[in-house]
Amino acid sequence: MDLSSAKQIVVIGGGQAGAQAVFSLRQGGYDGAITLVGDEPAPPYQRPPLSKAFLKGEMPEERLYFKPAAWYQDNGVELMLGVSATRIDRSARQVHLSHDAVLDYDALILATGSRPRALPLPGADLDGVHELRSLADVERLAPQTIAGRSIVIVGAGYIGLEAAAVARQLGMDVTVLEMAPRVLARVTSPVMSDFYEKQHRAQGVDIRCGAGLAALKGDNGAVTAAQLVDGSEIKADLVLIGIGILPNEELAAEAGIACENGILVDRDARTNDPHVFACGDCARRPLVHYGRIGRLESVHNAIEQGKLAAAAILGKPRPPEDTPWFWSDQYDLKLQIAGLSQDYDELVVRGDPEARKFATFYLKSGALIAVDAVNSPPEFLASKKLIAAGAKVAPERLSDTSISMKEIAATAV
Amino acid sequence: MVKIIYKDFEGTVREVDAKVGETVMETAIKNGIPGIDADCGGACACATCHVYVDASFMEKVGTPEDMEQSMLDFAENVTETSRLSCQIPVSEDLEGLTVTTPEAQH
Ligand SMILES: Cc1cc2nc3c(=O)[nH]c(=O)nc-3n(C[C@H](O)[C@H](O)[C@H](O)COP(=O)(O)OP(=O)(O)OC[C@H]3O[C@@H](n4cnc5c(N)ncnc54)[C@H](O)[C@@H]3O)c2cc1C
Ligand code: FES
Repeated sequence: MDLSSAKQIVVIGGGQAGAQAVFSLRQGGYDGAITLVGDEPAPPYQRPPLSKAFLKGEMPEERLYFKPAAWYQDNGVELMLGVSATRIDRSARQVHLSHDAVLDYDALILATGSRPRALPLPGADLDGVHELRSLADVERLAPQTIAGRSIVIVGAGYIGLEAAAVARQLGMDVTVLEMAPRVLARVTSPVMSDFYEKQHRAQGVDIRCGAGLAALKGDNGAVTAAQLVDGSEIKADLVLIGIGILPNEELAAEAGIACENGILVDRDARTNDPHVFACGDCARRPLVHYGRIGRLESVHNAIEQGKLAAAAILGKPRPPEDTPWFWSDQYDLKLQIAGLSQDYDELVVRGDPEARKFATFYLKSGALIAVDAVNSPPEFLASKKLIAAGAKVAPERLSDTSISMKEIAATAV
Repeated sequence: MVKIIYKDFEGTVREVDAKVGETVMETAIKNGIPGIDADCGGACACATCHVYVDASFMEKVGTPEDMEQSMLDFAENVTETSRLSCQIPVSEDLEGLTVTTPEAQH
């Protein structure tokens, strides 16, 4: 459907994806009305530093903002902050807001993101139990991260491990509890899990995998310990829950938009309603390099889909769909990930993990599908292109560090 | 405030006032300068903030650290004056700094 004559565009959710959609609409020459509805008080900001430099106290808040608040005014974007969208009326093409106002739309972009999964155990609501998703979460958590105090982090995903690294660097006693037999089990291979476990242990983090948490214990309403299923207790002045996220799809689902662990969209970020788009953490999209659909939780995905939605609305050619990518900073280790490693049938390590500079490549039927590169930008950047091209690469060349990545990239088929 | 000048590949010049302590990338993003995407927000992870630094300023901006150098070694259309703009903090010394954005980022 052609929406290029749209006069009123409403974006719900002022995070990475919603902000990108707004920037791309204006950059693409759209001069009609844009309203950005966001339920957080701050103007759109980036989340990655929340578990890195910002949590550590090394970055002022304004540096998280994509644009100063004045930019929105100067560019005719109405920012409705601290306001949530409560209902979509698709037949009237209207969005109902928390303060009883109603917005009309010709095109609607849902960029509602995701929320932390709640800990389904006794004690989860005690004081001192935190999650890490928003600026407000960090404002609560950061003043409590005091040297010498103890923090128990539940869940060893990237956010949990990044927070563990920061807490350790701030001088806290850090314990990480992971139910799975290894850290990062949901997102990477045993080689990488083993590497990160060792790094954290060497820094003095107590990593406990296969740990069954039974409950959080408290005194006077404040958390004091984490109790494991075997009855043992770990002292905790603070607890951080990082056990994954859930897509904010309810608003769409209640309006009858097709959802399935994420709002279902096509390659243009369009839902089953031609006037409604969804992008970022809340969307389940075609993964063109992998021949399936999936929901990604990354900055790159949010930016790319924000651009896709804007281009589709303006009737412009579809922007490129690149290899999915992600990064994670822990201590002085920069991990750069390109591609999705699920279903790999061969794994190749290049370089020496002991040197803290190496890459793990994942292949499927001879084609490169993903890489985890630690302090190794060439491996990351070369792979990103090779993956997009569906290139086959000989494993023995990948593992041979005497052959440069430039050479490997040049000779891949 | 420090004056920074951004040139695009077609020669269009945009002059902005930068805050000391913010980076050349952040200054560009906040002022809507085209040609700098900065997808990773300054984490030195994406190389979409590549610029060419005016030769006369090369000394003043200093040399890249290992991570940045390693990203640059693999970025596209890199020359001797290439830098990742998220790794250049604005200082009083950089008054009048001119950087050019590569065509590929437009
Ligand atoms: C601590 C942390 C560290 C991360 N680190 C990295 C990293 O290093 N690299 C990387 O690639 N990715 C990282 N990510 C992931 C990345 O930040 C997310 O994938 C990205 O923010 C998703 O953007 P989004 O716009 O879809 O969602 P969000 O950024 O979550 O934005 C959604 C917004 O919509 C609002 N909203 C929801 N419902 C409504 C409603 N009904 N009405 C109004 N507003 C609503 C939400 O409150 C929120 O403000 C990190 C995430 C976190 C939390
Ligand atoms: S902004 Fe990503 S490397 Fe500079």
